[in-house]
Formats: sequence, C-alpha cells, structure tokens
Amino acid sequence: MKWFWYASPQTFYPLAAKLARACGLAAAVLAAAGLYVGLFVAPTDAQQGEAYRIIFIHVPAAWMSMFIYVVMAFWAGLGLALNTRLSGMMASALAPTGALFTFIALWTGALWGRPTWGTYWVWGDARLMSELILLFLYFGFMALHASIEDPRRADRAAALLALVGVVNIPIIYYSVKWWNTLHQGASVSVTAAPKMAATMLAGMLVMALAFWMYSIAATLLRVRGIIRERGAA
Amino acid sequence: MLEARDLECERGGKVLFRRLGLALAPGETLRIAGPNGSGKTSLLRILCGLLTPSAGEVLWNGARIQSLKEDYARHVLYLGHAPAVKDELTGAENLRVACVLAGISPSAEQTRDALERFGVPGDKPVRQLSQGQRRRAALARLSVSGQAPVWLLDEPFTALDAAAAELTRALLGEHAQRGGSVVYSTHQDAGLRDSRVIEL
Amino acid sequence: MLAAARMVVWRELLVAMRRRSDVATALLFFVIVVSLFPLGVGAEPNKLRAIAPGVIWVSALLSSMLSLNRLFAADHADGTLEQMVLGAAPLGVTAAAKALAHWLVSGFPMVAIAPLLALQYDLEPSLYGILALSLLLGTPVLSLIGGIGAALTLGVRGGGVLLALLVLPLYVPVLVMGAGAVEMASAGLGGLGQLLILGAMLIVAAAFAPWATAAALRISSE
Repeated sequence: MKWFWYASPQTFYPLAAKLARACGLAAAVLAAAGLYVGLFVAPTDAQQGEAYRIIFIHVPAAWMSMFIYVVMAFWAGLGLALNTRLSGMMASALAPTGALFTFIALWTGALWGRPTWGTYWVWGDARLMSELILLFLYFGFMALHASIEDPRRADRAAALLALVGVVNIPIIYYSVKWWNTLHQGASVSVTAAPKMAATMLAGMLVMALAFWMYSIAATLLRVRGIIRERGAA
Repeated sequence: MLEARDLECERGGKVLFRRLGLALAPGETLRIAGPNGSGKTSLLRILCGLLTPSAGEVLWNGARIQSLKEDYARHVLYLGHAPAVKDELTGAENLRVACVLAGISPSAEQTRDALERFGVPGDKPVRQLSQGQRRRAALARLSVSGQAPVWLLDEPFTALDAAAAELTRALLGEHAQRGGSVVYSTHQDAGLRDSRVIEL
Repeated sequence: MLAAARMVVWRELLVAMRRRSDVATALLFFVIVVSLFPLGVGAEPNKLRAIAPGVIWVSALLSSMLSLNRLFAADHADGTLEQMVLGAAPLGVTAAAKALAHWLVSGFPMVAIAPLLALQYDLEPSLYGILALSLLLGTPVLSLIGGIGAALTLGVRGGGVLLALLVLPLYVPVLVMGAGAVEMASAGLGGLGQLLILGAMLIVAAAFAPWATAAALRISSE
C-alpha cells in the first residue's frame, strides 16, 4: 500500500531527493573501488596488454545501456496501463542516462578497438552495431518526447515507442549477428573479452554496480526536475 | 444510458472543468454552453472517448467506455469541427464510407435522399464544393444515423444558413423523439427544446 | 468488420487513384535513388553486381518511408481519422487495412519494377526471382511497422525526419534479411532461410503492428 502513496509526484518528490543522495554516495564509493580493482589489482592481460583495462568501463556501460532501456520500457508500460503520471516521468528521466551509457559503450569500444585491432569502428561486431542502433532508439525516444507539446501525450507516445523498441531489440541483435557471420570473413570480434581472471570479473561487477547507483541518482534528480517543470510538486 | 462522473479536464496546463457529472437518458437533449475555450469541445471528445480525462470516467450502461472501445463507439455518432470528408471523393462516396465505418449500410437511395435533403450535389468531388456545402455534406450523416442512440455534435449550427439550420433542428428533434439522446455544444441559442443545459 | 476493412482499402485506393501524382513521385524517388548509386560509386560491373541487392533494398526502404507521411496525415487533417478511431470495427483492423492499402499503392509497385532496376546493375537474371520475392515479403513489413511510426508522429513538428529516426532502426532486421537473401542466393547458398525469416517477420508484424498502430492513433487523437 505504501507504493501507491509514493505514486503521486508530490509525495515522491522529497523521497527522490533522499534516495538520490544515498545512491550518489554509493556510486562514488563503488566507482572508486571498481577503478582501483580495474587499474591496479587486475593483472595485465597476456595478449592485449594494458589497453584492455578499458573493458572495466566499456562492459559495465554496455550492460547499463541495455538494462536501462528495459527499465524504461517497464515504466513506459506501467504508465500506459495504469495511466499514472509518475511512470511516464520516470521513463523520460531514464532516457538521457541510458543514452549516455550507450554512447560511453560505443566510445570506449572504439578506443579499445584502435590499439587492439588497429581500427576505431568495426562493422563486423554484432554487439557494437546493436549498441549503435540502441543509441538511435534512445534518441528517437527523446526526440519524439521533445516534439510533442502536451506532456501527457508526449509521455504516452514515447512510452509506446519504448515498448515497440524493447520488443525489437532482440530481433535487431540477432539479425545483425547473422549479418555479421555472413559478411565478416576473417575479422575478429572487437569485444571478445580476454580470459576472465576472477579479479577482472569482480572489477567489472563493482563498476556495474557503481554505474547502476549513478543511474538511479541521476534519474531521480531528473525526475525531480520534471516534476517541478510540470508544476506537480 | 450515458453517464459521466467527476470529470476533470486539463488542457495546456489549465484545468477547464472539474467534478463534472452528467447522466443522459433516452429522449434527452443536452446543450453544452459556454464561451470559446471553456472546454466544450474537450467535454464532447471526452464523452465520445477520443480524449482521456485527467480524472473521472464515462460509463455506457455501467461499463467504462475505455474498456468498451468499439462496442461503445458503435452507439455513438460524433461530428466534430472538421467536416470529416475526403476532398478527392464525392459527397455520395464520402457518405457511404462514413456509414460503413460506423457499421451501417444504407442503400444508395438513402444516401441520395440524405444528400438531397441537405442540398449537397452528391456526384462532385468535395474539393469542388463550397465550405457551406462541405459542412452540409458532413451533416447529411444525421439523416442516416438514426440507429446510433447517442449523438455528440460539436457546434453543429456553425456557418449554416437558415434552411440547413432548420433541417438540422428538425433532425435533432426527430432523434430525441425516437428515443435517442443528443448532446450538442453551441455558444448561441440554437432554438431547440433542451432538456438541460450545462454551462462551462 | 470485414466490410469496414474493405471500405477502408477501397477508399484509400480511390483517393490514391485521384491523386496519382503523389503515388508516382514516391515510385520515381525509388527509381532515382537506385540510379544515383552508380554515379556515386563508379560503374565497375563487378562492384555494381555486388552492391545491387543492398542498393535496391535501401532505396525501397527509403521510398517506403517517404510515403509513410501520407498514411495518416491527410486523415488527421480533414477529420476522417477521428471517425476511424470511433468506428464500429476494432481500430486494429482499420489500421491493418490502411497498412494493406499503403502497401498496395507504394510497396507492390516497387516489387514489380525492382527486376527492371536490377538490370542497371547487371544482376544475374536468375536472382530476379529471389529479389522480387524478398521485396514481396519485406515491403509489407515496412508498411506495417512504418504505420506505428506514422501514427506516433501525427501532427508533430519535425514530422518527416523524426519519423525516419524512429522507424529506420526498426527497419534494420528487414533490410538485413531481405538484402541478405539475395546475397546468399548470389553466393550459391540458397537464401531460403532468410526468406523464411522474412515470412516469419511478416506474420508477426501483421499480428502485432496493427494493434500498436491503433494504440498510437488513440494517443495521437487526444
């Protein structure tokens, strides 16, 4: 029953501030820990040397980019089904953070590709290509939302788009993967991770948690902004 | 029977009306009056299901129209501001399409009669008709939509000449006598015997 | 219900016939884009033969997308869309009928002239069949998915380009499978698998896209 009380933007507003503070702090601590593990504790990779360390940003960012889209679609679906204002606001608030992580994943993927395989962008990687399309899906969501004047209609239209997108992501991934096997020939997957030492995995998980905490904090602060903007506080 | 409870409508950040309720029994004529921008169109759109109110609900025979969807829409004739005719089609073709989409199949004679009553040439593309003729082509639907119990009309008397206005009044009166209900908006007195008036 | 669907298709075809120039321009766009590529990449026969399926497919995609604006915008402007939303038939059925009519007017002609355009690229005549078949299966999917985008962007500023941004990512699987089928066939590997996947996409799109389009139309009618 407590949930429904917080479903009103008014009551959620102060709660969001408290949660954001807590998560922001957690994010900072976890990021420090994760980076320490990633930069100093994890061993140097036999094949890729020090450059592979970018994996500690790249992989968690990629995980978050997809996780956030699913969460966004969840809030979108909830908003459409229950016609609640806050759900729509949450979905809109998540999008920029999701897009940011997608961009980071792509950028770090390119930076990793250069020293490792000699090229910034490899068309032969299904995951990188799907990330690029995911970025377009995020941009589409934000663009659609921004183009519609009425905030409620904007929320609902963007929500529908998010749902259509989330259904399509696996389809896009598999079709690109198939295309990849047809066209790739001799090139190798850029994001083929080196053999996982336990410390490497630990480092990535800690960074993923850090990103997750950051996402929650950023989203909550953004939701507060949206609530203020729409005069619902 | 059409019922509305606690309707609240918010457009462009302003609340146009709140806690609005109404119940429409067969044979009643309800006039929605009010100045421009007071929410007449919004109320009509809420009643026909095109617009979702920010609070409250509309019920048809006890069930929410949002869940009934086309089962409710079948019982409604809604004429909005736009004449809802395609420029490239003739008056007759437009009328026929509109009827089939609404679930009725009038005979060719009936559509011809309806258009004639309103003085609309049925075989010219609507693009070639005047604005007044276009409005009347849209209103011609009133002649063939007797089976829809609820008529929701948004400013039906706008830009009509005396003859067309008289014809429209007659059709609305006939419909109410048949047991149908009419909700219409206007910002002047239309000369109908209204059962009730809602002022926005 | 079927009567309403038939009526919608009939009306769309009638309007399209009386606005022939609109239809023709979309098809002309398809032809022009296909013809532009050799000017851009050079007329080396082997290269052209290799890129032919991809070029034809991308051009078909872009042309289909351009004509999506026509799908609901006019109806929205003259008020006939509201009447469809308030119709006696389920809105999903009406949306499916609109997508079918859109395909008949924009997609099917492309299927018909694609082999002619493939001539420009000196594509193997034995591949014409699979090219046409891939387009036959794929272009309806484009109309169905495009309908969702068109419905979402009704009356929104930035319309055409925004629609492209929304819809192109969703078109990627169709493009990959469609062009891929022809490429597989040209490599002697059949391409049946891709065609089957395209067929599956068509079935899934036909089953689900109209309902998403209907939901989008309701949202846009508010």
